[in-house]
Amino acid sequence: MSKNYFEVLRAGINTTFQDLGRKNLYHIGIPFSGVMDNRNFLIANKLVGNKFNSPVIEFAYQGPYLKYFGNKINISITGDVNFIIKKKKDVIDGICYKSFSLEDGDEIDITSTNKSVYGYLAISGELDIKYQWSSCSTNTKANIGANDGKKLELNQKINIFKINENLNHKSLKYINTKIENIRILKGTNFDYFSEKGKDTFFEKEFTVSKLSDRMGMRLEGPKIENIVDTNIKSEGLIKGVIQVPADGNPIIMLSDHGTIGGYPKIGVVISADYDKLVQLTPGSKVKFKEVDLSSAETLFKLYDLETQNLISQI
Amino acid sequence: MIKNISNLGDAALYCDFGKDVNKDTNTKVIRYFKSIQKKNILGVNNLTPSYNKLIVSFDLKITSFKNLKKEIENLDIVNSETITNKKIEIPVCCDEDFSLDIKRLEEKLNVNREKIYENFFDKEFFCYMTGFIAGMPFLGDIDKNLRAKRLETPRVKVPKGSVGLTEQFANIYTFESPGGWNIIGNTPIDIFDSSKETNPNLINPGDLVIFKEINKDQFLKHNE
Repeated sequence: MSKNYFEVLRAGINTTFQDLGRKNLYHIGIPFSGVMDNRNFLIANKLVGNKFNSPVIEFAYQGPYLKYFGNKINISITGDVNFIIKKKKDVIDGICYKSFSLEDGDEIDITSTNKSVYGYLAISGELDIKYQWSSCSTNTKANIGANDGKKLELNQKINIFKINENLNHKSLKYINTKIENIRILKGTNFDYFSEKGKDTFFEKEFTVSKLSDRMGMRLEGPKIENIVDTNIKSEGLIKGVIQVPADGNPIIMLSDHGTIGGYPKIGVVISADYDKLVQLTPGSKVKFKEVDLSSAETLFKLYDLETQNLISQI
Repeated sequence: MIKNISNLGDAALYCDFGKDVNKDTNTKVIRYFKSIQKKNILGVNNLTPSYNKLIVSFDLKITSFKNLKKEIENLDIVNSETITNKKIEIPVCCDEDFSLDIKRLEEKLNVNREKIYENFFDKEFFCYMTGFIAGMPFLGDIDKNLRAKRLETPRVKVPKGSVGLTEQFANIYTFESPGGWNIIGNTPIDIFDSSKETNPNLINPGDLVIFKEINKDQFLKHNE
């Protein structure tokens, strides 16, 4: 048994191991998976001195409650998250984007995300977890990846192979912002929808439904009218595709989406907006805004530059 | 051979091979899929072949729609790139415990079950694509008079190994999953084995599949 480990005192709602996901397997039906919010993932790892694609613990809404046993180690939490660290003598209020040290017997209680869905816990070391097809990312639907493809469970242990040598403290000034306008490119079945349907899509407000998870985000609002066919011949999907089934409510494909689908695609969310999109909580109001391909590419370059800048400040 | 390449979002190419769903069109899709796969083009994250489309998704940090489109248009797709048609035999038990929707099919199609099974076990199926859930094969073609729509209300849980029919295709649920196909039997063999690092899929696009009827004893003995 490993000398350094966490014991899970509460697993949280949807707590999984994730990294940047697995490539080149869509053709056999295996989704990309990986962290939902890339920027917060990269920052979390940098704050504890890990390699950029090291596994982290992703949680949604309520995070895990963990007790640590072993030699001194650092952790960081990113996102918009409330947490406390319980030491032998005192309780520290957690601050996101800052590394903290844990010693034998210390506990960390990640109580909730604040007006956002996902948060990340990075640990300064190498976790003893299973890799499958070059990624640890857990896909709980197909039981693929770390932890036998399952969510974190009560009383289980998270073993650490090796703790990083450098345990200097790091921090970053960063505030997550929310989006109200989701920028999109027209989808390949845009013309399946009536003029009225298109107007509805761009002019009306939609509400994020409770039926949203790592596979997809369902939206509710005025129905988007289809005048051609509510089915297409099944074909490949990617992250960010907005499908509109017969009921007229859009569904946005997220990291664990099915690899093929048969509903018309009205649009695709631009890559630059993905991190913020996934953080929208049920009940959030959103609007769709069209951009063209070259703008989407420029916006992604800006997003990527900003991310690199933030990481280089750590 | 690609009719049209457009963009699907800012990080994928949408290659359209024409409207028809038939072996000819699908063979072209698979040929492109295999050729692109072999080239290991920098930045390509995923290739998703389907009946008549091929989606090429890529890392926007490394390449762009314009660059990749040019590269794929100029690809040398060798016609001699023959698709190896592997032949696979799948045992299926149609005991009433497994044939959950055979009665529904009899009613919807107005054909008796003997006829449905006879046709199903006589046929050599062609694998058009795999996906939706890991390893699920889409096998065609069911005869025109035996094509039925999906269940009006999909099942929340379709048992692992279930063999289903919908429209011109048969498929196999590689693990327990929600689904709306008409279930006519169950196979005891693993179609998808996630413990295999290479080739976790038993059936791949372009493969030929024959179903062989087994009785319940044979089904139960299979995994002993």
